Amino acid sequence: MKNVYLIARREAVSILRSPQGFIIAALYLALVGLDFNLRVLGGGAKYSADVLTGFFHELSGFTMFFSVFISMGLIAKERETGTFPLLLTSPVKDFEIILGKFFGAYLFLLLITLVTVYMPLLVMVNGKVSWGHVSAGYLGVLLLGSAVLAIGTFSSSLTRSQIVAVFVTLGIGMPLVLFWLLGRFADKPLNDIFAYLAIHNIHFSPFKAGKVHLRDIVYYLSMTSFFLFAATRTLESRRWR
Amino acid sequence: MIIANDLQKSFGDVHALDGVSFQIDKGECVGLLGLNGAGKTTLLRILGCLLTPTAGTMTVEGRDVSGEANYVRGLIGFLPEEPPLYNDMRVGDFLGFAAGIRGIPRTDIGGRVQDAARRCQLDKMIDARIETLSFGYRKRVGIAQAIVHNPPLVILDEPIGGLDPAQIVEMRELVRGLRGQHTVVISSHILTEISQTCDRIMVMQRGKLVGSGTEEELTGGAGKEQHFMAIVRGEKPDVEKALAGVAGVTSIEIEKRADGALDLRIDASGDVRALLSRALVQGGLDLIELARKSDKLEATFLRLTGDKEDER
Repeated sequence: MKNVYLIARREAVSILRSPQGFIIAALYLALVGLDFNLRVLGGGAKYSADVLTGFFHELSGFTMFFSVFISMGLIAKERETGTFPLLLTSPVKDFEIILGKFFGAYLFLLLITLVTVYMPLLVMVNGKVSWGHVSAGYLGVLLLGSAVLAIGTFSSSLTRSQIVAVFVTLGIGMPLVLFWLLGRFADKPLNDIFAYLAIHNIHFSPFKAGKVHLRDIVYYLSMTSFFLFAATRTLESRRWR
Repeated sequence: MIIANDLQKSFGDVHALDGVSFQIDKGECVGLLGLNGAGKTTLLRILGCLLTPTAGTMTVEGRDVSGEANYVRGLIGFLPEEPPLYNDMRVGDFLGFAAGIRGIPRTDIGGRVQDAARRCQLDKMIDARIETLSFGYRKRVGIAQAIVHNPPLVILDEPIGGLDPAQIVEMRELVRGLRGQHTVVISSHILTEISQTCDRIMVMQRGKLVGSGTEEELTGGAGKEQHFMAIVRGEKPDVEKALAGVAGVTSIEIEKRADGALDLRIDASGDVRALLSRALVQGGLDLIELARKSDKLEATFLRLTGDKEDER
């Protein structure tokens, strides 16, 4: 695991130092803050719990969207800039490269997500906030983020172009988001399958309402593991070409 | 140290390597010489565990580069033609990272980084951000990352490509400094660099190994006639008198230059440069220049690579 730690640390520092990292962090925090002020707090008097639920719903959307851009360069940029031979000629296993890259990006996501914690604290000043609700909401957002980052890592392992990686991630992620619609209109048993596969709807809703279900945690960890495994296999098959 | 047996690599219909076999002993400095597209980089990428051969085998210290790739990776330091550098890192941090992922314990990393930086004359650049370095220094950092873990085998793909003359001289000294401490395999399409840096030359053309040996063996010059040129100040009879007693000299041609100095063209059986310089100086002449003519190696290279072109 030493290699995973070294690669993750380098990746996280690299994203933090890069102009892209700065732009992503700035836009994420600005948009989440603006949205919190205009949409979550707006629209008349609300219960604190409803405000929090709305906040986590909005935050999950921004987290999914920005995770696509955080992960786009994880592998593709290494290929694009010619730095990959450093890792590929070192005694580092493929899964260590993928995990290192993923955790580096995840660390960055964790950091910018935790900066938003001042918003629930503001709600606390004027209302009554349950720390359990806040913790469950952030747990859900971070689990959802890890699934999207894993999809992004897989997409980034397929190509040397970061732009192409973005479109591949969107190509995988958008249907996963929209599966809940298919779940509403399809016949049994397809409706249950689509509803279960949907990345946001039934799996995220309990978290934003302050509830933590094991099945939802298992779903997000399964999605993350599946796409990281797929990324590892892609790297294995491409490194010898 | 390295044994390649009937190595083949195809990319679709293109045969980048076509039945290459060779052996490189421990401590040797071997140069891969060939024109662009000869298969040098493909061979080095297989040796660096970046590619797998289509057929044939290659082993490093008895370990197969495909089957036991992760073990072999621990034995090598690799510099591709374009140094794999993270521009956002400082030189010292980058070398520390490279040492870390090559399995150097954290407590030893500082010492290894200092040692690699000293050997590559990067001591003063250790805190510089890589993106601010000149191309020559980037190449040095590339070599430093390849030796920071003190691997038994160092692979350098076109280490002098893109360097200016001053940087080439510095890089030559740097590569020479690696000899003895590592087995070194270098590729280049610049003949003089390979001949001045390596113990042995392997000539490649169209994916095949068309010649292998020392410069003298390749040119057929070992113990046979060699050619030298010298420039001296003095009188023609003094030159003839000074060189008359030099063992091995078979013929001397002397021609007066416009500046009054004398151009000497000397044929001898073997490398007699030391004897020539001593004889000329002891004969009271001012020796301005003395060199072995390298056109024989160039001719040999063209013959080796030209023959194969003709076969096609």
